[in-house]
Amino acid sequence: MAETRDRRDKRTAAAGTPRGKKPAKTGGAGGLSRRGVLAGLGGAAALTAAPGFVRYSQAQSSAPIKIGFQVHRTGIGAAYGRWYDRTTQAAVKLINEAGGINGRPVEIVAEDDGTDPKRGSEVVEKFATQHGCDIAFGTLFSHVVIGSAPRAGELKIPYFVVSEGHHVASGMLNRYTLQPGITDVKSQVIAMAPWISQNLGKKVTMIFPDFAFGHNHRDFFTEAIAAQGGEVIERIAIPPTESNFFKYFPRIPRETEVLYHVMVGPGVLTFVKEMGEFYGSNRPEIFGFIDSLEAVAIDNPGLEFLDGTYFWEGMPRHAQADQTAYDKFYREAVGVNARGASVDDPKDISTYAHMFGCWETLYIVKKGMEACDYKGPESRAALIEAVEAMSDMPAGMAHPQGAKLFNGKTHQVFGHQHISAVRGSDLVTVHTTSIEDGLYPDEVDYTTQSL
Amino acid sequence: MDFGPFFLLAAMEGAVGAAVLAVTALGLSLVFGVMRVVNVAHGEFYMLGAVIAWWVTSLLGVHPALGFLAALIVSPLIVGAIAGAAERLVLTRIHYDPEATIVATIGMLYIIQQAVLMTYGPDARPVQPPFDFRIQLPWFGYSGYKLFVILAAALLMLAVWWGLTRTRVGLMMRATQFDRETARAFAIPVDTVYGGVFAVGAMLAALGAVLVTPIQQAHYLMGHDPLLLSFIVVIIGGLGSLRGTVLAAVIIGMSDGIISVFFSPTLAKIIATLAVAFVLVWRPQGLFGERPA
Repeated sequence: MAETRDRRDKRTAAAGTPRGKKPAKTGGAGGLSRRGVLAGLGGAAALTAAPGFVRYSQAQSSAPIKIGFQVHRTGIGAAYGRWYDRTTQAAVKLINEAGGINGRPVEIVAEDDGTDPKRGSEVVEKFATQHGCDIAFGTLFSHVVIGSAPRAGELKIPYFVVSEGHHVASGMLNRYTLQPGITDVKSQVIAMAPWISQNLGKKVTMIFPDFAFGHNHRDFFTEAIAAQGGEVIERIAIPPTESNFFKYFPRIPRETEVLYHVMVGPGVLTFVKEMGEFYGSNRPEIFGFIDSLEAVAIDNPGLEFLDGTYFWEGMPRHAQADQTAYDKFYREAVGVNARGASVDDPKDISTYAHMFGCWETLYIVKKGMEACDYKGPESRAALIEAVEAMSDMPAGMAHPQGAKLFNGKTHQVFGHQHISAVRGSDLVTVHTTSIEDGLYPDEVDYTTQSL
Repeated sequence: MDFGPFFLLAAMEGAVGAAVLAVTALGLSLVFGVMRVVNVAHGEFYMLGAVIAWWVTSLLGVHPALGFLAALIVSPLIVGAIAGAAERLVLTRIHYDPEATIVATIGMLYIIQQAVLMTYGPDARPVQPPFDFRIQLPWFGYSGYKLFVILAAALLMLAVWWGLTRTRVGLMMRATQFDRETARAFAIPVDTVYGGVFAVGAMLAALGAVLVTPIQQAHYLMGHDPLLLSFIVVIIGGLGSLRGTVLAAVIIGMSDGIISVFFSPTLAKIIATLAVAFVLVWRPQGLFGERPA
């Protein structure tokens, strides 16, 4: 440790020397030009500042643990990215205040992936090779996860995603990709299908975004509602970059009893508003995933027709009457008020139903690193095994959304789902599923793959 | 839904699309017709129009109708000023060289887009429609504002037509388009006309965008589709022909709406692009374009 530090100090000192001499040289007669000195100075500074140049390969006990945060700052996932970032920063602040991980502080290295799969895999590569991150973390959009995970597997860097996609548990990815902080779509729809068929109806029309995440909804909800004696009578796929949705609504069959909608991207508010324009008060039962209105206020003008419809929520956006102490604590730490908006700007609505996944994942990383006495990149395999060994995760400060059950073989966590009714401009939770409601047989055993 | 109402809805959606497209493409066509400049940044002027519309309405915080009216005036003015400045600072310096203008406008595209991303941010933001009126047909409901868009676009196009054919400024534009050298010989300030036309082209894009923001939302990436569709329209209609542009906008807009509703939006785009290919093969000057001399 001391040795590496010394090396770094020398280099900084070397870079500093010309600075001291500079006035003399620019004075005139010397062989060095002002431009040459400046260039050399800049070069030396760039060299020392170059990310990853100074390697902590010997795992200094006080060097920070670097977590590469793949964040959707721009592109269609930007609203989620902003709140994933705030949640992550809040959790890291708490972890560091409590002494960090194994006595080392946690440092977040954030890189924008533009919500783009190609850029996503480049970002993972930057984390591993350039920034010298210990792990990569935080991706939401399923196409970015699917695009990035193979590179994470090749580089053998643990990749903790917060995505909801079934691609982790389906066996499509690899042993280095884990999803311990948020449940997957398959589990969500299996858990809720009985409630939908018993309370809303059996003939369902689905509207979903036309990419991996939406296809998960289409495939698994179709299976789940069929198991309840229901039927999906029409499936309407919409590209996630669409900005005009009205033209899709005429394809909803008239005999539809339940309209099931889930939409992502910048156009979600337009989507729901146009649904209201199309139906007015004469609508079927509507069950939506709150994804269709994440980061959008439920009392926006034009959304009045939603009164009496239902939403899935991973974590209830509006503080409920029986709010847990953990929810209260978590809200305050992240800076979210009881309506799910930023405490600084009530118009800035959070992605409350999803972002807890970042918080919980970071606490799992902490627990895993402590269990395997994580030293540095050479302990990455041990970290994977430590997380795989986890199972019960009780509700608490580390798990404010509620208790969870982790399956080390499929790398997927299972938890509670919430169904909320829109009452006026409030989201009121009317049903919470049990963890068992969302379990399904394993489709893969990642632990048999080599590390 | 039965075929009749289904078709009615498709036609209404198509007409709204065609109306906005006609206004936007008219700007592109005007710039090309008069200046022979292929303005790749046209879609970004459209986006800028929408973003400024949001900015104006949220800053004023008055009744949606007043805010919308203010946006309808302020947004094109600001966009026109920016476009005029860009024309003076960039296009005149490269003497409207065709290859150089394409590269320069690509540069403008990225500068505008990234500047908006850095200031306005990556979120989509809604603008309230000026009035809340929903038409309940027996089969489905429809936004009254969308019908207003069709009307407003038709009025705008009439105004442009009147301006070009009945005013002195329009005469100067047409003279410049017909023969730049001769126009200059007749003491027409060709450089000023160029600057004005570039600004007006961008203002038309901004107007199209202000009309569309209450239906969609303002977003920094929203310029892509209008740019693509405007090029399709302008190529099919004949570069520089206003009559052709409007007709092609109606054809492409309506077919896009109808094919999107009955089949899929992807198929609509495929067919539109295929139409461009056929036009380029069999009638390169477009439906109403003049053969290059």
